Amino acid sequence: MRPAVTARRAKPFAPRYSLAMTTPCTFQLNRRTVDLTGSDPTESLLRWLKRQRLTGTKEGCADGDCGACTVALLQTGSDGRTRLAAVNSCLLPLGTLPGRDVITVEGLQDPGAALHPVQQALVDNAGSQCGYCTPGFVMSLFAGYYDGDLGDATIEGNLCRCTGYRPIRDAAAALSRQPVPEDAFATLLRAPSTPGAGELGQYHSPLTVDAAIALKQQHPDAAWIAGATDLGVELSHGRCIAPAFIALDRIAELQQLAIGDDAVRIGAGLPLSQLETRLAGLFPALDGMLPWFAARQVRNRATLGGNLGTASPIGDLLPVLLALDAIVHLRGPGGHRDVPIAEYFLDYRRTARQADELIAAVTLPRHPALPGAARRASASYKVAKRQTDDISIVAAAFDVAIDDSGRVTRARLAYGGVAAMPRRAANVEDFLLGRALDAATQETAKGMLREAFTPLSDHRAGADYRRALCATLFAKFVATHLPDVPA
Amino acid sequence: MKPRVHESAEGHVSGRAVYTDEQHPPQDLLSLWPVQSPHAHAEIRRIDVSAASRMPGVVRILTAADVPGENDTGPILHDEPLIANDRVSFHGQAVAWVVAVDEASARAAAACVEVDYVPLTACLSIADAIARKCYHLPPARVVRGDAATALDLAPHRVCGEVAIGGQDHFYLETQTSWVQLDADGLIQVTASTQHPTETQVIVARVLGIASNRVVCRCLRMGGGFGGKETQANPSAAIAALAAWVTGRPVRIKLSRQLDMQMTGKRHPFFARYEVGFGDDGLLHALRVDLYADGGWSCDLSPPVLMRAMVHVDNAYFCPHVEITGRIAKTHLASNTAFRGFGGPQGMLVGEEVIARIAAELNLPADRVRERNFYRDDGDGERNRTPYGQPVVDNHLPELWQQLKHDSAFDARRRAIAQFNAAHAQVKRGIAITPVKFGISFNKTEYNQAGALVHIYTDGSIQLNHGGTEMGQGLHTKMLAVASRVLGVDAARIRVMPTSTDKVPNTSATAASSGSDLNGQAVKAACETLRERLVPVAASMLGCAPEAVRFADDHAWAGTVPDAARRIAFADLVHAAYNARISLSATGYYRTPGLSWDPKQGRGHPFYYYAFGAAVAEVEVCGFTGVHTVRRVDLLHDVGDSLAELIDRGQIEGGFVQGMGWLTCEELRWNDKGRLLTDAPSTYKIPTLGEVPHDFRVTLFRRARAPSTEVIFHSKGVGEPPLMLALSVREALREAIAAFAPTPRPVHLISPATPEAIYAAIEQARRVEPLAMTEALDVAT
Repeated sequence: MRPAVTARRAKPFAPRYSLAMTTPCTFQLNRRTVDLTGSDPTESLLRWLKRQRLTGTKEGCADGDCGACTVALLQTGSDGRTRLAAVNSCLLPLGTLPGRDVITVEGLQDPGAALHPVQQALVDNAGSQCGYCTPGFVMSLFAGYYDGDLGDATIEGNLCRCTGYRPIRDAAAALSRQPVPEDAFATLLRAPSTPGAGELGQYHSPLTVDAAIALKQQHPDAAWIAGATDLGVELSHGRCIAPAFIALDRIAELQQLAIGDDAVRIGAGLPLSQLETRLAGLFPALDGMLPWFAARQVRNRATLGGNLGTASPIGDLLPVLLALDAIVHLRGPGGHRDVPIAEYFLDYRRTARQADELIAAVTLPRHPALPGAARRASASYKVAKRQTDDISIVAAAFDVAIDDSGRVTRARLAYGGVAAMPRRAANVEDFLLGRALDAATQETAKGMLREAFTPLSDHRAGADYRRALCATLFAKFVATHLPDVPA
Repeated sequence: MKPRVHESAEGHVSGRAVYTDEQHPPQDLLSLWPVQSPHAHAEIRRIDVSAASRMPGVVRILTAADVPGENDTGPILHDEPLIANDRVSFHGQAVAWVVAVDEASARAAAACVEVDYVPLTACLSIADAIARKCYHLPPARVVRGDAATALDLAPHRVCGEVAIGGQDHFYLETQTSWVQLDADGLIQVTASTQHPTETQVIVARVLGIASNRVVCRCLRMGGGFGGKETQANPSAAIAALAAWVTGRPVRIKLSRQLDMQMTGKRHPFFARYEVGFGDDGLLHALRVDLYADGGWSCDLSPPVLMRAMVHVDNAYFCPHVEITGRIAKTHLASNTAFRGFGGPQGMLVGEEVIARIAAELNLPADRVRERNFYRDDGDGERNRTPYGQPVVDNHLPELWQQLKHDSAFDARRRAIAQFNAAHAQVKRGIAITPVKFGISFNKTEYNQAGALVHIYTDGSIQLNHGGTEMGQGLHTKMLAVASRVLGVDAARIRVMPTSTDKVPNTSATAASSGSDLNGQAVKAACETLRERLVPVAASMLGCAPEAVRFADDHAWAGTVPDAARRIAFADLVHAAYNARISLSATGYYRTPGLSWDPKQGRGHPFYYYAFGAAVAEVEVCGFTGVHTVRRVDLLHDVGDSLAELIDRGQIEGGFVQGMGWLTCEELRWNDKGRLLTDAPSTYKIPTLGEVPHDFRVTLFRRARAPSTEVIFHSKGVGEPPLMLALSVREALREAIAAFAPTPRPVHLISPATPEAIYAAIEQARRVEPLAMTEALDVAT
């Protein structure tokens, strides 16, 4: 069944993808040009580094979960700022590299020169024991140092099994008091990193949406790949062998962010770490979830488009989009169409997006003033075995409005991790509408929420706990954000 | 001068420190990948490697038939085939290994090896093993007095159970080694191993050759924690076998998933206890049945179990004790050494018992704890453990009072009570727990060590000792010992990779004993060299031999600094060489006064005890069971520290690792015995986010000199701090109890995940009697 189409426009023509725009198959590694011609584009940067005997970058998991392989990737955002972004090299296919700049731990220090301030801070604070995770911490701190952000989030994506982290946290604090030197990296950050179209084997990195769609028509079996934080895991384990890849991470159009009075339009290719800073304060439910979405290295590459494309039943941001009535903007050979988020998810990892369509943007309505609403509360929650950098047991997002008489005028109760796809508890929303949020209503709603879904038991948690959380997270939301609603 | 930081710190931060799999690869290096069993227990009917052998890059496929010596890597019992022969005993066990030009080729071919299995009934949990009476070895016992009678006579008597989860080591560097044969047939093994001698012995055993044909070296490990004590041996042995069969160098580095699936972990335990106590909370009698999940083979389970049994007492005296321990034989990976070596599980049970008594009597748990402490008063009977050893140099009572004072324990507990009264859905808890941990290998013969020190004619020094470096800073401490004894700058000394051809017959670097044992051996070797240099120095300085002192890179005549009466160390060494004095010496040490009778469960197994205490404050969300640790105060006794920052690092790191074991680290298997949590995406060790910002660590300054002769009066610190994390578990219990309408015992499984805490809160709110698990209700 094809979902409702709210807008459609035929494209006059599909431009041919031009090789003339293609950047050479080289990249800058530690400020030196390296030729990748003939390399397997799906090999991870981590494996490639090891084959070059650059063994400072370590493999702790090859899953993007330990941070031992962290390197810094020069990225210029659509806000015009160039950053050294910490990324997991195990999740970075070589195909993403042509035209880019990468710094590894070997590049921080010229031969014979003193340690970089980041390295020295770790030495001074006894921040290493076995040392195997240390280069990864060095690179996360290095990126944070030049970005002026050395808080906990900078290193939450790096696992250390020896130190207990206290000395590393102290090293970060000491660094945050040191001015950034006028060095080669500061120079690097002044020039934008704008790689041209890339092509390494069957890994295509076009610059426009039209070119991407044209490529997809030429290579129907090609996989879209955005930040590669999900497909990168498959590639890292030698699994997903799509015959070709079309990368969406160089398309300026997908990186746009338009903050309007009524709505915010978010480019599907914008890294989540940019949403974290540039949308801060606009959507409490988004603010509440983004810091718990994986870790910094992943958020520096992961995108809203990728989250929607993967359509994981958990996909932490997906319940937030459901609660906020997001609109998904798709682009395909036939033009573009808008799909309300409520109609986007169809089944387990199946969505309204057709194979030849890509996700261009997501619009979040701002609902500045609902008619008659006296109060509006919006929040999100994530419960996991470990609260930092884990996959949700249950993720939930709520958006509720109440009128002057205390009656519910809007209710969105959205969950991840409780069904084959992210879902709203529609029957409970209907029940709440028009009722006062008094103790009796809450009790009934909680009872209904416990029965609303039939979640699985797995290695993360049992079904009973998941059912309980559906109810208690709503109770927590009401207690926290609407504690004194008139009964 | 004491060293500040790790001797390899600059190598770590620059990426230049080299690990096993990062050395310059030799020509024709081959890689390995296993063919793994999809069954937890099955008979192997047929292995067909023909299709796989034809795959590109494949050099050889190894099966049990290729083993020239003994197909076994068991460290105690020989019950652990290197390659499964006629039967598989756990899901993921290797039935064959593909040797190929690279890992990807080996992996691709492994998928094409055809194996026919006949599945057999598998035993997949401790409960299962108890029901079917599947155990390794007969039960072990530690008994004092008459627990049965004393339980009958006690004013109060309760029983309970606790299930304790295991723990993956999650060293950041997975198991790895590489092996090459030199021209004369010498097997050169480079391994990430905590026990190079055992790796050497097992490689020789598997190849059917004498130990003198195998040299095992260890440069440094990317973490060990006990997980590379015996678990390093199979990887090294399979690489050695592959090198032996192909004649080419072979490397292995397990992927994270393979490592987690195939190697052993901290033992899950199940315990039942029955305790008799007085109105004041004093212990009268304790009976405990401990069940350790040994997994498919015995490995180190007997000593792990024994250490658990002799640490149930923790810091508490109980006159009548009866502890019985059994090792469940399950079809899971074989569990092994892990920092604390059974001690943490034993002490968790002890703390569970104390917390239960406090709840039953509605007394503050800290009061019940301190009342029951071992104390050296009068005849010493209250200061003697159930296995007969007195608690030597017992600093705990004063350490405890200091920590309570410094952490403002009483005031904070009152504040928390007020907070809890004002908040229905969020509760806080605070707890203080002690640690008394026995230092020495339980097995007396392991308590020996050797060192080999060479001085070269330019005054530079090579230091070899039997210990391995896994991040704990052993090499840094050994440098400190050598430079102190010889009076030279540490920059003169190079610590060599641990190698079995330099120091033979070493013990594992384990049991918190690395610096105690090797430090004394290094000291002995350096003293021998110093004594040889004294006459040379005396004649050069024109003073009596007794007057010669070594300090600041010089030999001095007398103690008063006098530039005219000194010789530079390098000049002295050169003169000694010219005088034909040997500049190479070995050192040897054995810990004095140890005895242990494993059959009776009695003796004097520990040279001394390490002490510490911890205060943890937590906050628990009643909606979700999610908790945060708000503040931690640790006070730990390391004696006269050899390197304070390194000891502090052990304390903090051990605590956080223990906290992970007790909270977020959860192992789960499916009903086929397959480990589901075999990657960091599913198995969650603590991140920075779980560590409180308010994290206070203090080294205890003892008032009295110790009665033992530990190296420069330091104390072992590797394992004991892990158990300081029991304070987090007990603080969680306090917070959960605050949800109950009336005071009652809190039943909390371990690890205390949000799900487990939520279940405990629900139970506390419902006020139900504690239920005994029927499946485990077996006769003892």
